Amino acid sequence: MKLQDQKEWLVDRVARFTEYSAKHLPDDVRERLRALRASETTEFARIIYDAMFDNIEKADELSRPVCQDTGIIQFFARVGTRFPLIDRLEEILRDAVLLATRRAPLRHNAVEVFDEKNTGNNVGFRIPWIETELIPESDILELCVYMAGGGCSLPGIAEVLMPLEGYEGVVRFVFDRITTYGINACPPLLVGIGIAGSVEVAAKLSKKALLRPLGSRNENPTGADLERRIEEGLNKIGIGPGGLTGNMSVMGVHIEQAARHPATLAVGLSTGCWAHRRAWIRFHGDLSYEMLSHKGAEL
Amino acid sequence: MSGKTLTTPISDQEIESLSVGDIFYLSGHLITGRDDVHQRVIKQGLELPVDLSGGAIFHAGPIMQQRTDEPGKYEVISIGPTTSMRMEKYEKEFIEKTGVRLIIGKGGMGPKTTEGCVNGRAVHAVFPGGCAVLAARCVEEVEDVKWLDLGMPEAMWVMRVRRFGPLIVSIDIRGNNLFEHNRKLFEERKIPIVGEICKHVDYLHGPE
Repeated sequence: MKLQDQKEWLVDRVARFTEYSAKHLPDDVRERLRALRASETTEFARIIYDAMFDNIEKADELSRPVCQDTGIIQFFARVGTRFPLIDRLEEILRDAVLLATRRAPLRHNAVEVFDEKNTGNNVGFRIPWIETELIPESDILELCVYMAGGGCSLPGIAEVLMPLEGYEGVVRFVFDRITTYGINACPPLLVGIGIAGSVEVAAKLSKKALLRPLGSRNENPTGADLERRIEEGLNKIGIGPGGLTGNMSVMGVHIEQAARHPATLAVGLSTGCWAHRRAWIRFHGDLSYEMLSHKGAEL
Repeated sequence: MSGKTLTTPISDQEIESLSVGDIFYLSGHLITGRDDVHQRVIKQGLELPVDLSGGAIFHAGPIMQQRTDEPGKYEVISIGPTTSMRMEKYEKEFIEKTGVRLIIGKGGMGPKTTEGCVNGRAVHAVFPGGCAVLAARCVEEVEDVKWLDLGMPEAMWVMRVRRFGPLIVSIDIRGNNLFEHNRKLFEERKIPIVGEICKHVDYLHGPE
């Protein structure tokens, strides 16, 4: 294939991938929701889970977005420095969003700041949001699409604590937000926490924590222990599906960290709703690909 | 708990019969309105382009698609509820000004809306969040759209629905507020749980 043809081909595949992600929840999310559903006993919880699973099945069957809020589109790319289309990646991702918005269709969610006009195509100034990490001496592209809905973006918060607030301060920060703002954000939530030295690093890491597979644990044993403790604690509160009370609260708690400054302890919080539309795909140098988040899915 | 169906326009008697935690369905007309509609009607003082008296408003920003066979007519693709709390700032005045009887959304609303529901004899109810395809299946027809200049999510979509639900009453006309009650419960439970976790997370200046 010529470079131009390759580019058009990749635009089409990324658009299909984005559409697919809006309409079909990933394997790990389905599995976790099934387990959470089985642990609930109240009438309200049963009604809400029945509606959720009915909705997931109908979305699959009718090929429609699971949730009407298909979010601001965010891409997180791990791109090999030898990936053939590395120079055109940003352009490819923007074009793919335009195409997916028309074809899926996705909701129009990009509102230009100051002008306060909806662009009507999900592309706007610096949107789709694109984060890139380079993989040296590699020709692959690992691409994650995340649909950042309004409801589960609302609880987002980051703050720089004084270090003597300690990790106790981090715990309080998370619990205070989840038991207030979290109730309205379509629980059971996936809770992403970033810990770092400054506010933007903590915030960004809290979002990256949401991209990890459910069931994975922080690489640091103490970090993994903190994840477990916060997760168990939140579950004991019994927020339940839709905030209507139940036996459980969350799909999981993930923490990501960066070394901090000795004088600061920054913490960021991002939440993902139960309709956690986060998909991973890997493209190889010859543009063959496999979906990582949805086994056996065909685009 | 009831599984009854209310039809618009909703009578005072029917609204009075609903209590927090009741489950019901809605048939008749359902009109979307969220942030920008509330801003226009309350802050900017614009007249509502549709009559909501005795009617139902849905806090929702749908995905609509123009029909190819009938330009100007729309079909709903996905339409789940949006976070009602965003409208807390203006909902009380909105109820007073429009005479709306039923507000449908997601999650709870605060004390101002509760006051508005008591004074205006209105109810807030929730549809299961994120269940947008399920909700779309309850829409019989998208009859009209107003204020489309606000963009797809913020416009007022006038729909005819049939057994739209399940809806769970979150605020009733007696001032009971289900989510406010739950929030207090979660706050109470939180204190000993956080206290217990904090006994185990003093990682600062740990032993060498």
